[in-house]
Amino acid sequence: MSGGGIRPATSFTSAARETLKNRTLRANLGFATRTICAKRERVVDEIEDWQATRSAGAALKDHALANLEENLLLLEKQVEAAGGTVHWAATAQEAVEIVAKIARSHRISEVVKVKSITSDEIELNDSLKKQGIEAIETDLAELICQLADDSPSHILVPAIHKNREEIRQLFATKLGVEIESSEPHRLAEVARLHLREKFLTAKMAVSGANFAVASTGSIGIVESEGNGRMCLTLPDILVTIMGIEKVLPEWSDVATLMRLLPRSSTAERMNPYTSVWTGVTPGDGPQEFHLILLDNGRTNVLDDPVGRQTLRCIRCSACLNVCPVYQRVGGHAYGSVYPGPIGAILTPQLLAMADENANTLPFASSMCGACYEACPVKINIPEVLAYLRGKTHKQPVELAAFQVAYWVMSDSRRFSAALRGKRIGASVASMFGLVKGWTDSREMPEVPAESFRDWWRKRDR
Amino acid sequence: MTAKERILSRIRTAAVPREDYFRTETPVQPASIDLFCERVADYRAIVHRVSQDEVSATLNRICEGRRCLVAADFEFVIEGAIADAGFTHAELVDFETTITSCAVGIAESGTIVLDAGQGQGRRAITLIPDHHVCIIRADQVVSSLEEGLERVMVTRPLTFISGPSATSDIELVRVEGVHGPRKLEVLVVKA
Ligand code: SF4
Repeated sequence: MSGGGIRPATSFTSAARETLKNRTLRANLGFATRTICAKRERVVDEIEDWQATRSAGAALKDHALANLEENLLLLEKQVEAAGGTVHWAATAQEAVEIVAKIARSHRISEVVKVKSITSDEIELNDSLKKQGIEAIETDLAELICQLADDSPSHILVPAIHKNREEIRQLFATKLGVEIESSEPHRLAEVARLHLREKFLTAKMAVSGANFAVASTGSIGIVESEGNGRMCLTLPDILVTIMGIEKVLPEWSDVATLMRLLPRSSTAERMNPYTSVWTGVTPGDGPQEFHLILLDNGRTNVLDDPVGRQTLRCIRCSACLNVCPVYQRVGGHAYGSVYPGPIGAILTPQLLAMADENANTLPFASSMCGACYEACPVKINIPEVLAYLRGKTHKQPVELAAFQVAYWVMSDSRRFSAALRGKRIGASVASMFGLVKGWTDSREMPEVPAESFRDWWRKRDR
Repeated sequence: MTAKERILSRIRTAAVPREDYFRTETPVQPASIDLFCERVADYRAIVHRVSQDEVSATLNRICEGRRCLVAADFEFVIEGAIADAGFTHAELVDFETTITSCAVGIAESGTIVLDAGQGQGRRAITLIPDHHVCIIRADQVVSSLEEGLERVMVTRPLTFISGPSATSDIELVRVEGVHGPRKLEVLVVKA
């Protein structure tokens, strides 16, 4: 299935036990994440003050979230003034139903899709299929996953677990074309020809959104291949599903976002294409536009003073690439469309900390802090992880341990002191030792002279 | 309660504290044309630096022997180029090259922005043909993203272009050209 969803079928530990057996996956993933990290460093170093840019990004998102109601209402007003229609969906089901209804009202049975994790979150493809509507993925990697009936394993390079020969065979059997070579150029060409026909005939497209601007009613999509432009330009009808946390107040705020996102994501100065549109433009692009504003648990996250920073996330995947746990177990182990460190904090919160399997995700971390350092909007992922661990354990002694851990991690000085193996580190480590499930499967190590993070870094060079 | 009311009431319950937020003014800096050209070329786009007098000849040379399309209000004359007369998408497939102007160039990121203004036409014409040639005057190049955003008409359809279409989806090998134009040429006209 390429739908996805966010409810893990098992605990993280048992899922990881399975994925750890897959050596190809681990090798591919190791290569991919190392390559992206090295490239990223170069384009990040180019920015005069990267730390200040990160802080600006964090402050911007916090500001946008603090005024979320006004921003959403203004966005709605502006989109409608420009000829679009705005829908609100409190749940995944409501969002899917809105999309299906629009398709049905035009008697459409096939839609083209721009890669969108939000649509995977609500399992749009599978749900539409049940209603007789085929959703065709047009991003190369998503197309590969869809044809292979597989779920994406990485936010940015979803098919990283497949090598060129596997892809050649897949295209040959599923698309029925002879492909003499497995050169990536040739495979991309096959996808181009296959999808071109779909783009030219599609009546309706479904997309996500990277940002929306409240003051103007504009929506933006960031991409590389041009499949996004195709979907946003050629069909008659466009439906965009956007998480409510994506709205920015002003057009000028987009500059801050665009300085952070491509660098953190594909490790580029700028991605090849960014499309921005406002409602409907006569004679140019879709003449019917629908914007679906999706909650699906986001207001749960907003309601928590510590967890709320999770909503700053711009889905760049930098935290995945630097994460030693993710590099080993791969995206599938997280059992949700949101893998890696961001998944470990976002998935359980979207499910209101009420899903037992999702509640094991905050334990999928060595607490090394690399994700926090990489995050362009400064989400303190270790802090949120420790905090969420505390929320999943009800026994008083365990709770106390996690509260101490949270106290340490919520302050960067305390945190690095702990990591450097000072006394406080030892006491936190022994607090962790109190927790069943943590010590069951591993020995509690001595606090080392060198922090795990320092060791990991050196080892990778 | 409607979905909208439910969502908004939950946002209100969350009562996220508001803090002062100030947007910093980015100082307007003289843009470096060299930097712009270098960064556009970094994306493996072809950059031509020409004077005003050389534009027509250069365009004619690039377009020779190709079926060429221009926006209806394109300001340069190119022999044999056809002005967009509202062709269908299927008809656009038959064009090999599209030549347009643009709204602004951003040196910081090597980006050109189309905003459907003079000489740029609707989005489909710069998307379907496989070869896009874009003309930019030196005075249209700004230094930062902030300045770039200020210069475009935000409520018109915008396309930010930084190099030709690309993917790294197969084993992280970069392949230029998937769905958008596989070849991008930028003509920078000296002031
Ligand atoms: S949490 Fe930060 S680093 Fe991770 S995907 Fe979101 S924005 Fe990127």
